[in-house]
Amino acid sequence: MNYFDSKVISNKQLTGDIFVLEVERQNADAAAGQFFMLKCWDKELTLMRPISIFKAEEKTLHFMYRVIGQGTKKLAELKKGDLVSLLGALGTGYPIKEMKGHVALLGGGLGIPPLCQTAKELTAHGVEVDVYLGYRDVLFSLEDFEGCCANIFVSTEKGDEGYHGFITDLLKPEQYDAVFTCGPEIMMRKVAAMCKDKDVACWCSMEHRMACGIGACLGCSIKTADGMKRVCKDGPVFKAETLFQ
Amino acid sequence: MNLQTTICDIKFKNPIIAASGTFGFGEEYNELYDVSCLGGISSKGLTLKPKDGNEGIRVYETPSGMMNSVGLQNPGIEAFIEHGIANMRRFNNVLIANMGGHSMEDYTTGAAMLSAADIDMLELNISCPNVKSGGMAFGIKADVAKEVVSAVRKVCTKPLIVKLSPNAENIVDMALACEEAGADALSLVNTFQAMAIDLHKRKPVFNNVYAGLSGAAIKPIALRMVHSVCKQVKVPVIGIGGISSATDVLEFVMAGASAVQIGTVNFNDPLAGKHIVDELESLCQKEGIESLEEIRGII
Repeated sequence: MNYFDSKVISNKQLTGDIFVLEVERQNADAAAGQFFMLKCWDKELTLMRPISIFKAEEKTLHFMYRVIGQGTKKLAELKKGDLVSLLGALGTGYPIKEMKGHVALLGGGLGIPPLCQTAKELTAHGVEVDVYLGYRDVLFSLEDFEGCCANIFVSTEKGDEGYHGFITDLLKPEQYDAVFTCGPEIMMRKVAAMCKDKDVACWCSMEHRMACGIGACLGCSIKTADGMKRVCKDGPVFKAETLFQ
Repeated sequence: MNLQTTICDIKFKNPIIAASGTFGFGEEYNELYDVSCLGGISSKGLTLKPKDGNEGIRVYETPSGMMNSVGLQNPGIEAFIEHGIANMRRFNNVLIANMGGHSMEDYTTGAAMLSAADIDMLELNISCPNVKSGGMAFGIKADVAKEVVSAVRKVCTKPLIVKLSPNAENIVDMALACEEAGADALSLVNTFQAMAIDLHKRKPVFNNVYAGLSGAAIKPIALRMVHSVCKQVKVPVIGIGGISSATDVLEFVMAGASAVQIGTVNFNDPLAGKHIVDELESLCQKEGIESLEEIRGII
């Protein structure tokens, strides 16, 4: 974990209000499922913004984010060569090294980007990866998953492309040794229940408002089967059964 | 130049103290920088029994500040004495145990336990706005505060700091009551009780409806309160409230504070503690200030 300023390499609008920010990595640690706190302001805004790692390449880090509030709006204004402050990598990500065999990754909406780095690391680890991506309407980032997974399944809620319906309809957990999921909580609950039903291990990545990002302020604590846990430090990735009983 | 400050015979290498609730027990920030550079650390607010804290949203950004409703999540005083203190002792600075409570018995039992442990000072939180039935109640009315401080004073053998709420009916009366009841020092202010509403959900943001406001937004009010209290009490005062630069620190010292606590700024700049200590040194040099005593309370 480090706190450093980094140069923006690119900041592109992917679709609608979704952007991808690419910055210099500067030897920072970065593992699948971890995140960074970002800011490109001094004191105009009080808090940094937690953003998951979309892709960690040798020299660069990629962050995908949706413009929702003041912070992400400022991030979206970043231009090539601008400086952005990064704190990270933070948190506990997916258990890549424990995996073997066949693993499914299921993401919904802005839960999709962290699964890209996860697919890469799992594939590099020798695991066969199938990816299930659920979109509202417009597909994005599909090409990023090509080459680092065996199969890609796509759904849109409005039926524009791929399967018409929820991505969870396509998943058969019993085909896998484990399932990693990230996205809306209601979706992850469904995945967790499906996995529990078939006795398949499942990990979920939680989202929460954060202040410090490093485990000190307890602003993102959640109740789990193992007691109170900090999403920023003990998570964001948790075993499903500790989250949803 | 001398940044040292002394409160109740306890020497601080500089007047910068990490504020309770923003800094855990120092461990996490110590991974980013050597937190021994701070004058002291006030621990996460401790209660007699471990507490899970509040459910729902706990932190929420506001213009020039933030609100929190953590609800005193902590491992309990016993666990702190068993593990927490040894961890904090790795840092070469003043160890302040911050303690909250729900009842008079909580406060006195906890204070007795902590007094017997290896801490430098006890900071009594009579002002947490985020805990139902207790905490805040003690911080509003001066006569109630006086009662709890007197009771704690009887069992507390360590220097006793009482942390005041800006939500007190009258902050000066509150300060005088706590001083009279035996507080060795006062720290002020805790967060301001505040509110946020989620328009889309048609609901309050926080499950507890009200939460505590901190950060730069409260600094001018905190400064006024520290100033007016310092004019009236004899005990040393630790200034708290939106301090985010060395300039802010010197303003609080000029208003009469012996030291300050920094909280919310740690979230804006994870290295804030180190940055403010370094900045304070260069600012004093620039301003020709040899020691903090020169400017303390000159306003």
